[in-house]
Amino acid sequence: MILPSFMVIPLAAAFLITLLARRDGIGAALISLVATAATLGLSVYALVGFGGSTVVYSMGGWKIPIGIPLVADSFTVFMLMMVNLIALASLAYSWGYLRWLGSDWKYYALFMTLLTGMNGVLITGDLFNLFVFMEIALLAGFALVAYGGQAHEFEASFKYAVMGGLSSSLILIAIAVVYSSTSTLTLAKIAEAYPALGPGLKIWVGVLLLAGFSLKAAVMPFHAWLPDAHSSAPAPISAMLSGVLIKTLGVYVLIRLFYNVFGAPTIFLQVFLVLGALSILLGVFLAVGQWDLKRLLAYHSISQIGYILIGMGLGTTLGMAGAIFHAFNHALFKSLLFFNAGAVEMGLGTRDLRKMGNITRLMPMTAHSSMVASLSISGIPPFNGFFSKLIIIIAAIQARQPVFGFLAVIGSLLTLASFMKVQRYGFRSEKPAEAAERKIGWSMNLAMAVLAVLCVLMSLLVVPGIKEGILDPVVSAVMNKTGYAELVLGR
Amino acid sequence: MTLYLLCYALFLVGLYGLITKRDIVKIILASGIMGYAVNLMIVLFGYKRQAIYPILEKGKPVASMVDPLPQALVLTSIVIELGTTALLVALAVRLFRKYRTYDITKIRRLRG
Repeated sequence: MILPSFMVIPLAAAFLITLLARRDGIGAALISLVATAATLGLSVYALVGFGGSTVVYSMGGWKIPIGIPLVADSFTVFMLMMVNLIALASLAYSWGYLRWLGSDWKYYALFMTLLTGMNGVLITGDLFNLFVFMEIALLAGFALVAYGGQAHEFEASFKYAVMGGLSSSLILIAIAVVYSSTSTLTLAKIAEAYPALGPGLKIWVGVLLLAGFSLKAAVMPFHAWLPDAHSSAPAPISAMLSGVLIKTLGVYVLIRLFYNVFGAPTIFLQVFLVLGALSILLGVFLAVGQWDLKRLLAYHSISQIGYILIGMGLGTTLGMAGAIFHAFNHALFKSLLFFNAGAVEMGLGTRDLRKMGNITRLMPMTAHSSMVASLSISGIPPFNGFFSKLIIIIAAIQARQPVFGFLAVIGSLLTLASFMKVQRYGFRSEKPAEAAERKIGWSMNLAMAVLAVLCVLMSLLVVPGIKEGILDPVVSAVMNKTGYAELVLGR
Repeated sequence: MTLYLLCYALFLVGLYGLITKRDIVKIILASGIMGYAVNLMIVLFGYKRQAIYPILEKGKPVASMVDPLPQALVLTSIVIELGTTALLVALAVRLFRKYRTYDITKIRRLRG
């Protein structure tokens, strides 16, 4: 079976790196590239080979009420592909970027641990196991945010770690309450026992889990740590955190718990809608005023998570399709934008939009790919961001929630305004030309080019023939709601 | 019931410290207290009055044992907390070297 290898391969790579790698880190980079390519290959194989069916693997041969099952349905496999794709691009980017930052095997070992945690969260079918993998990913994340060793990086990492500890406590209380009331921790068994619980207990568990995982997803009232942590981390790590970590630990878990385990209770869907609208507007308002490029991008992450929450909160098939599609698109263009920001920081030595100049000539790949990503995130037609936002807005109108559709449109216009600012002052500014301080490596250009091409190609996912093949099984796996439990338990 | 309320009070003590204290070391201690409260609560959920330790022996009825699973969960969560606390302390040491203070209100280079 290939399901355990999603955790085993990166974890083994992390240990191999600590054992074998020398100080310069080239061997470490090679080991981690091979491991991530292997997990990406496996996830693509799973996407094609499983054909939308739910595959269950019992760890150690222990059957479900006792052991920990690994569950891969099409939603899991789709997210696995997204995570490993971005991880591979980030590693390729790191190859060049770390020359400047100081290459070290510790970075790659931590990166592999981060990947282990995220793959584990996606593939596990057990609530406590999910918590453990989440902590693995978070611990690696805290260390990676502080990797550069500058004062503000330690500050951001400390804030992130304290907030992470708080949210983990909330989640742990929720897990304890769930266990004491249902006597099981397997997600599928919880889904079976959940309807029999009292209404007060349902609200308790729901609120605790919502608060805990919203902190991980940096939804608006819980967002305070994100702009610091994501703007202080090294660029490839910002891309991983903003692109996929907040989606695996936040959005994926929220969808899995509230749809597949709790059966999409209306009261929490309403909360998703309100939190989503709040995140879209406040996130984008805070972003418009920023002059620090990476901080601006970090605030946009909050705003884009809001779109995903609105799609989730509508509770319709179309809304969920929009949410999942937007999650994938956001992973692509936000990672690309963070790569661009890192390239500019490395080339010109600044992150301040007012100090950038002449990027089109000095770093053509950065300038062009940033244009693609900016158009994608602002929702301009041929690019992927347009289609996912359009789906979410149409779904909002169809679900008789036109207010939220309207708020999404306003958020999109403000996003466009702030990225016009980024292009006008930053990437396309006409400042007098100086030579770049450093040349950016070919691997960084390659990573940016691949993501830019994918940004355009992924808009094909809405084309009828391809949509049925890839996106629809994912959405039906989620909208099947507690049918998930029957598939896992094999009834 | 009293025990649960005391647990909750301990959690609130931790949360209060986490929110109001200015000293980094105290914040770390507060997050530790919060973790202890949660761990204590999980063990309490597995507790039964007048029950015995959960080790299978001949002639010992299973029904009179406490639930062993919460104890296993707590062990895992204590180890995780140890890792988080160690990381926080390491960060506190590095922060002190950079800023020469433990006061969180003076460690404010990130704004906006």
